[in-house]
Amino acid sequence: MQDKPDAAVLLESVVAFLRDTAIPNLPAREAFEARVAAGALELVQRDLALRRGFEDAERSRLEAILGRTGTLADLNPEFAQRLRDGSIDPAAPEVAEHLWATALEKLAVDQPRYAAYVRALDASGPLAGEN
Amino acid sequence: MPASTPDARRPAAQALLAALNHRVGCIEPEGTGVVDVERLSGGASQETWAFAVRLRDGRTVQRILRRMPEGDRPGAATAGPEKEARVIALARAAGVPAPDVRYVLTPSDGVGRGYVMDRIEGETRPAKVLRDARYAPARLAFAHQAGDALARIHAVDASCVGLRTGRAAEEVADLWNRYLRSGTARPVFEVAFRWLRANAPKPAAARLVHGDFRNGNLMFGPEGLRGVLDWELTHLGDPLEDLGWLCVNSWRFGEIDREAGGIARREDVLAAYEAASGTHVDRVAMRFWEVLGTLRWGIMCAAMVEWIESGLDASVERCMIARRASETELDLLNLLSPRVPRHGTGRPTGESLAG
Repeated sequence: MQDKPDAAVLLESVVAFLRDTAIPNLPAREAFEARVAAGALELVQRDLALRRGFEDAERSRLEAILGRTGTLADLNPEFAQRLRDGSIDPAAPEVAEHLWATALEKLAVDQPRYAAYVRALDASGPLAGEN
Repeated sequence: MPASTPDARRPAAQALLAALNHRVGCIEPEGTGVVDVERLSGGASQETWAFAVRLRDGRTVQRILRRMPEGDRPGAATAGPEKEARVIALARAAGVPAPDVRYVLTPSDGVGRGYVMDRIEGETRPAKVLRDARYAPARLAFAHQAGDALARIHAVDASCVGLRTGRAAEEVADLWNRYLRSGTARPVFEVAFRWLRANAPKPAAARLVHGDFRNGNLMFGPEGLRGVLDWELTHLGDPLEDLGWLCVNSWRFGEIDREAGGIARREDVLAAYEAASGTHVDRVAMRFWEVLGTLRWGIMCAAMVEWIESGLDASVERCMIARRASETELDLLNLLSPRVPRHGTGRPTGESLAG
């Protein structure tokens, strides 16, 4: 077992350093890039916290739609291929539900302040995999 | 303009300074020397540099250099800097607010391909233009000015420039190839491609299209639109492409109910466009272009992964743009499979996909 502080705490510390110390002391362009970097670290924090739960949920949904077990790396291309050839109807309720859930799970990690995401959450409540 | 920082100590800036000084007489007949070369932030593909030219009478004028560094080649979708410069000049002559092009780089300049134009002072940053009280008059004027500028662009005869033609079928095929090249299966993109193939509008007469007419590429003063910038994707195609692209959710920067660039109502822009162009806008066909535009931005974001993995540019900014492809997946679902709350569950119905 690795020692404390864990990855999440270290990331938090680096983000705080960037925002509170580095960025105010950088020239404009470098400050812009450092803000992007701080945003990237915050994305990594969410990725570490949420990826496993989301990917498990996504895999379960895909297994139900495709009727077989597998990994995301092989279920997703098969799902894509069957949407492409028309053998899966994207309007079928469980398929549309899966597409929506997966999109919302990605946004929860990538860009939880995206306005369309915030609005979609308001309409549907918190995500199943999020706690 | 975006915030900037003096860059003179960097080798690229010094090479540019030398090249521009060498050509100062071509850039500005009364010019005696180039000073204050600095790289402006913003623009992930072409570089944008600002510099000043000293004139014989002691005055100084501000100029912009757009360039691709030496060795870079324009993407298949781009016009290339030389054609781009010609289109800007044609559009300007047709009354489109656009910068005056002063000089086009030649191979003997040795600093890549590009062109020099006047620097239009103002604001491009969406956060300012969309929300700052100072730009309230510009926001009020936007529907009219955007409709008018687009009508003027679409009326330009650019047949002499040799631009590529990209109508609905070609654009979908081009995106499809880019999507396949990415090697990553994206179910939502598959749904969008199927919809686009089933809903392509009838081919329209090909007109000059800006190709990237949106917030971030438009220069505003408090009073209104001062310049249409970033013409690198200009081509011949369906005019509705520009109108659909302007209404893509990605360019609303959070102001999602103002569908035209986060600034104006869609119908207000279309009314202004119809008045200025004397044509009727087919709303259904425009929706096709909005879906295609949303998908295009998604594929452009996803394609950043190729830059990163090839080691060409693994900058943090590019990495973060790559992680924005998911935003367009949500936008595509909103367009093609909107959630209609049913018995308060908010479950999707998928009804619009069936149509």
